[in-house]
Amino acid sequence: MSMMQYQPYETEDGRTIGNTLMEMKNITLRFGGVVAIKDISFDIREGEIRAIIGPNGAGKSSMLNVVSGFYNPQEGEVWFRGEKRPQMRPFEVARLGIARTFQNIALFDGMSVLDNIMTGRLNFMKSTFVDQAIWWGKAEREETANRQKAEEIIDFLEIQAIRKTPVGRLPYGLKKRVELARALVAEPKLLLLDEPMAGMNVEEKEDMSRFILDVNDEFGTTIALIEHDMGVVMDISDRVVVMDYGKKIGDGTPDEVRSNQEVIDAYLGVAHD
Amino acid sequence: MFYREAGDFKTSYAEDNQTFPIKFDRYRYYFVLVVALLVIPFVISDYWANAVLLPFLIYAIAAIGLNILTGYCGQVSLGTGGFMAVGAYATYKLMTAFPWMDMVSVTLLSGLVTAIVGVLFGLPSLRIKGFYLAVATLAAQFFLVWLFNRVPWFYNYSASGQISAPERSMFGMAVTGPNAEVWVKYLFCLFFVILLSWVARNLTRGSVGRQWMAIRDMDIAAEIIGVNPLKSKLTAFAISSFFVGVAGALLFSVYLGAVEVGEAFGIQKSFLVLFMIIIGGLGSIFGSFAGAAFMVLLPVFLKILGVDMLGWATDIVAHIQLIVVGGLIVFFLIVEPHGLAQLWRLTKEKLRLWPFPH
Repeated sequence: MSMMQYQPYETEDGRTIGNTLMEMKNITLRFGGVVAIKDISFDIREGEIRAIIGPNGAGKSSMLNVVSGFYNPQEGEVWFRGEKRPQMRPFEVARLGIARTFQNIALFDGMSVLDNIMTGRLNFMKSTFVDQAIWWGKAEREETANRQKAEEIIDFLEIQAIRKTPVGRLPYGLKKRVELARALVAEPKLLLLDEPMAGMNVEEKEDMSRFILDVNDEFGTTIALIEHDMGVVMDISDRVVVMDYGKKIGDGTPDEVRSNQEVIDAYLGVAHD
Repeated sequence: MFYREAGDFKTSYAEDNQTFPIKFDRYRYYFVLVVALLVIPFVISDYWANAVLLPFLIYAIAAIGLNILTGYCGQVSLGTGGFMAVGAYATYKLMTAFPWMDMVSVTLLSGLVTAIVGVLFGLPSLRIKGFYLAVATLAAQFFLVWLFNRVPWFYNYSASGQISAPERSMFGMAVTGPNAEVWVKYLFCLFFVILLSWVARNLTRGSVGRQWMAIRDMDIAAEIIGVNPLKSKLTAFAISSFFVGVAGALLFSVYLGAVEVGEAFGIQKSFLVLFMIIIGGLGSIFGSFAGAAFMVLLPVFLKILGVDMLGWATDIVAHIQLIVVGGLIVFFLIVEPHGLAQLWRLTKEKLRLWPFPH
């Protein structure tokens, strides 16, 4: 078995959507007797923005946790960049080039914004323990090189003014942005966003949508996101997976999904006669 | 008034990253170094060395060690006394087994031995955290003291069960033993303090330190972004134990000269070092120094005030000391969990703008 093959194509706004980057095959995830995800398959193509939507408790976050290696599914296979991914610890998945943000911000509160972002660079830091203890030379050069990359992301997300502020002191919207920065600075092949706009007002949502689109456009990063705001999802994503009660009930472009009867039923309820 | 960053522009990331980014701070630090290296050795007296300076330097190393583990990596340890004992006994065994070995190597090797023991006792940290880990390290404390008490090989089968440091010289001057001059002992300890605090600063500002702090602040998120928790926690245990082991080695060989393990490295030593970092400031190297200075100076200060000036009995002053320390721990935990280091930081932030509030 191998991954699904696609022909690359160009979107209306000039981005190239490539071949399959990741494919989930028949994933089933159980917690004891509860089946959180039931036999779900879908793929993520290079360069696209892929959304996972569904009502509360549909299993979206569980799905994202499977992708990021936090949960290991009982059944099914995860394919990434042409190879089947063996069971891995989350930090090993991170090293493959998969970064993520969390629904309830998971930043390091005791550290400054800069340190938080620099932590995202740790897979690029190759100097040994002894190098770091001595500092002069290799460790310092490496720190400076990585700092440069961190500063690029800081500029990109417009958080220059708060780079030395402890994260614990920041307001919610900025924390979300710092978390995005920390994931981005790892130069991920696949970026997972767990409800990037939860709890934001309209303006903050607009900002965040713009950043997500810019990330995709400028860095060519493939993005998979979970979001509740249907307007946002339909506007920014290329393809959408719809889940309900742990099952996949729809998959396709926003327009296809919007007109899918099962999806409409799940969201609006069905009339019982 | 002098504490200003205006006009002190940074033009490279390396400059922005330096330990003391503000000029005044930098010069103050050089000044302290010069005084410690070039002035104090000439004016040092027996009383000051034995009552204040030597214990301060040695406990500062232990406090930095524990701070790396508890303050930076978030793993609580109550085994500091036990690990200091490992350092002390390793020194004793090395000194007696290899009489030709110089004291710097002996001390560093003792640190290394302690690091290995520390990693061993750090293994439970992969499974348990917080309160339960504290209990596990408490077990290490009691086990190690019991071991050094019960296995005669560790104290070379001496009748008293004590270990005492034989005389060893460096550059023709005695460092350990009854004939060692205090200024030599002082410089010997100072050498390790400068070396180790420099190493600690380097480790905590780089990638290793950020991984420790990430584990401390949110271990799940740390793992998701690529921190290997096993490696990170165990290196923290190793480095921390290395520091604590060196402190134990110096305490035994240079400062006390002879120890009985239960008395010198009992549970109260673990708490003493823990109090140092709580009062001084968790996750701060300056805090380790401040805490060590505070806990060393407090009894001296209370003795001068209570016994010498007010004429109270010595035991009353000793009790007052316990009350004061206990009260301060509660105070700091509630009001300022980041300790003296945070108070110092706040003062500096105020000073930067003083006398204009905005």
